[in-house]
Amino acid sequence: MIRQIRHGLIAGLVAGVLLAGFATTSFAVRPDEMLSDPALEARAEAISRDIRCVVCQSQSIEESDADIAHDLRELIREQLKAGATDDQVRAFLVARYGDFVLLKPPFEAKTALIWIGPFLLLAGAAAGIYLFYRRVGRREAAPLDPAEQARLDKFLKAHDDHPDDRSQGGAA
Amino acid sequence: MRRLLFILPLIVLAALTAIFVLGLNPNHDPRAIDSPLIGKKIASFTAPALADGQPGIADSDFMTGAYKGQVVAINFFASWCVPCRAEHPLLKKLGSEAGIPVLGLAWKDKKEALQGFLDELGNPYARIGTDENGRIGIVGFGITGVPETFIIDKQGIIRDRIPGPLSDELITTQLLPLIKDLQK
Repeated sequence: MIRQIRHGLIAGLVAGVLLAGFATTSFAVRPDEMLSDPALEARAEAISRDIRCVVCQSQSIEESDADIAHDLRELIREQLKAGATDDQVRAFLVARYGDFVLLKPPFEAKTALIWIGPFLLLAGAAAGIYLFYRRVGRREAAPLDPAEQARLDKFLKAHDDHPDDRSQGGAA
Repeated sequence: MRRLLFILPLIVLAALTAIFVLGLNPNHDPRAIDSPLIGKKIASFTAPALADGQPGIADSDFMTGAYKGQVVAINFFASWCVPCRAEHPLLKKLGSEAGIPVLGLAWKDKKEALQGFLDELGNPYARIGTDENGRIGIVGFGITGVPETFIIDKQGIIRDRIPGPLSDELITTQLLPLIKDLQK
């Protein structure tokens, strides 16, 4: 009985994990959209994953159920079937919807800051920290005045007498 | 040098504050994206008419046909589109105040539904073309939905795109001055 319950629990857990996995990869592509040629279909899906759904904006058309996403997926497949290269398909979409339609902005002069900005910030911070510590390290400590020296001596002496202080060789 | 370092965070704070305040501008719509088709010649398309015996709309109308040398507005709409209903009376206003023909392209719509829509609300369009599978809108004009309005100049070049419904304010502040300029 207990064993059966345990089996049930394990099966439930496995099912839960599998479902959670599926939940993160949604399938918006309708079966009737798919191309019969698996290589072409794979290319279409790869392109679609990087094309922004123009009405939902933070989803790719591969994930979106929006009508226009469906239209664009169909359009991509038609073009691939007609022999267009992946780049030609992307260029076709960019010509109509702008760079915005690409989920990854292309690397060019006006987008350079987006790509290298974080690294510039990191490098700047690292340089700042390096310079700061180099300066701190180089600074010589001011000599103690007689009063400070006297206090220090007194302090050290007081602790010299401590029986636990092994540095005095008194490890008895 | 040291003093400069000291006020640097203040300068950065001021710059960020300025950016954020500018970002709060209510007239700035971060979702409005300029169409790459602005400044480009109208794509080639042929939109069949709503009924037999009426003219449809094709790109040749702007180059050599009825609308050659005229500034024209093209309005994508659909009978199933709610904002299109709100926009509908403004299309007549746009046409009469700017003195231009407003052409309608019915996007992903059935002819019967379309006829019902026009019977109910009136027909502000000089001509209507049908785009039943939506390809003229997507491939030719890069629309993301309806309504969308395009202003075409005398040479058949797209000069403006308004995604979403027109408003009184938009017509008077943006479209009328632009059209006047294009008509020169």
